[in-house]
Amino acid sequence: MPAPSLFDQSPDAAAWPVSKLTQTAKRLIESQLAPVWVQGEVVGFKRYSSGHWYFGLRDADAQVRCVMWRDDARRVKETPGEGAKVFTYGSPTVWAERGEFRLTVKRLIPTEGLGLQQALLEQTRAALQADGLLDPSLKRPLPRMATTVALVTSVDGAVLHDVVVVARKRWPMAKVLVIGTRVQGTGADVEVVAALRLVNRIEGIDVCIVGRGGGGREDLAVFNNEAVCRALAEVRVPTVSAVGHETDIALTDLVADVRAATPSAAAELALADQADVLRHTAALASRLAGGLRQRTRLAAERLDRAGDRLEGGLERVIRTRRQSLDRLGVALDALSPLKVLQRGYGLALSDEGRVLRRRADFPDGTPFRLRLADGEVPARVEDR
Amino acid sequence: MTDPSQSTGARLAEDLKRLEEIVRLLESDEPELDDALALFEEGVARLRQARDQLAQAELTVQRVLEEADGTIRLEDVDE
Repeated sequence: MPAPSLFDQSPDAAAWPVSKLTQTAKRLIESQLAPVWVQGEVVGFKRYSSGHWYFGLRDADAQVRCVMWRDDARRVKETPGEGAKVFTYGSPTVWAERGEFRLTVKRLIPTEGLGLQQALLEQTRAALQADGLLDPSLKRPLPRMATTVALVTSVDGAVLHDVVVVARKRWPMAKVLVIGTRVQGTGADVEVVAALRLVNRIEGIDVCIVGRGGGGREDLAVFNNEAVCRALAEVRVPTVSAVGHETDIALTDLVADVRAATPSAAAELALADQADVLRHTAALASRLAGGLRQRTRLAAERLDRAGDRLEGGLERVIRTRRQSLDRLGVALDALSPLKVLQRGYGLALSDEGRVLRRRADFPDGTPFRLRLADGEVPARVEDR
Repeated sequence: MTDPSQSTGARLAEDLKRLEEIVRLLESDEPELDDALALFEEGVARLRQARDQLAQAELTVQRVLEEADGTIRLEDVDE
C-alpha cells in the first residue's frame, strides 16, 4: 500500500507529533509485552548517586538498554561487573522522552554456570534460610493421633485418591478436608497460597498435607515458589509436604515440618494406625485393672502389718507391767519381818502376841515368847 | 474432662496419654488407696471414651469451598 500523501490531508491531522509516536509505542509495548525473564551480558554498567542503575544487556546479536530503580537495585546482593552473565526480570517499555526502547528491571540474578530455574531456586532458598524457614530445630512434631487432615492439592489428581486409600485402611475415623487448587501452570502459585491460608481458617484441623503427584521439574515450580513456601510456614498446624516422587525435592519439602516421598507416604506419616492404637488401648486396660489389684493388695498388706504391730505393742505393755509387779514383790519380800528373823534376829512377843519393844515391857518374872526364824521359844524375865 | 473445641484425634490422644499416666501411678506405690480408687475410676472413664471414639470409624471426605463472601462451606466428596 503506498503511503498517503502528506498533502491530501491537513498537516495537523496527517503528521503525528514525536511525543504522540513515542507515547503510542510505549502504550503498545507495555500492553502487549508482559514482564519477562531476559538472559544476557551486562555492558556499560553505571550507578548514579540517586541509587538507580543504568546498563545494557546484550547477547551475540542484539542489545537492550536497561534501568533498575533504586529500591529494586538495593535488593541485589552484588553489583554486576562488566560482562557479567545475568538473568533479569523486567517490563519492556519505551522511554518516551528519548524514544528509546528499554527494559525496566525488577530482579537481577547473576547466573554464572547456572540455569535460570536453578538460579531462582538458589535465591529463594537463600531468602527462606535467612528468615529461618528451613531451620530443622523449628520443625514441629506431627500429632500422635491426627484425625482431621487438610489436604491442599488438585481435586483431579491422584493425590486425593492415594490419601483416601491409606486413610480408609489405617485410620477409618479420619476426616479428610480437601482444599482444591491447581498445582501447575500460570497462577497456580497464587491459588496454592490462598488454599494454605484457608487452612488456617478451618477449626479442628490436626495436620495439613500439601502435595501433588510426580511431574517434570517445571511442573514442580509452584512448590519452589517463595510465596507458597512462606504461606506453608504460616500454617498453624504441623505440615507435611509430598511433592512428586522420591527423587524430586521441592522447597516446600524443606519448609514443611515433615517431608514425605509420596502422597501415600504423607498419609501414613500423618495418620496413626488403628490396629496399633487398639492394641495399645487393650494393654492399658489390662494394666489399669492390674494396677488397682496391686494397689489394693498393698493396702491389705499394710493393714496386716499395722495389726501385727498393734498386737506386739499390747504384749510388750503386759510384759512390762508383769516385770514391774515381780520387782515389787521382791522388794516387799525383803521388807518382811520374817526375812529379818532369818538374818538371826529374834522378836519378843507377849502372851497376847504384842511385840515387846522397851525395858518397861519386861517386869521381873514376866513370861513371854521369843519368836525366831524357825519357831518360838517360851521365856521368862529373871531377876535383874 | 474434654474440650469440645478439640478434634476427635486430639481428644483421643489426650485420653490415652492420661491413661498411661494413671496406669503408671497405679503401678507405683505412690497413691493412697482412696486416690488409687479415684484414679481407677477416671481411667475406666477415659478408656470407655477412647474406645467409643475408636468405634466411630467412618471415613469422611469433604471438599472445602470458600464462598464469594468469604464463608466456608463443606461439601461431601464421593470417594
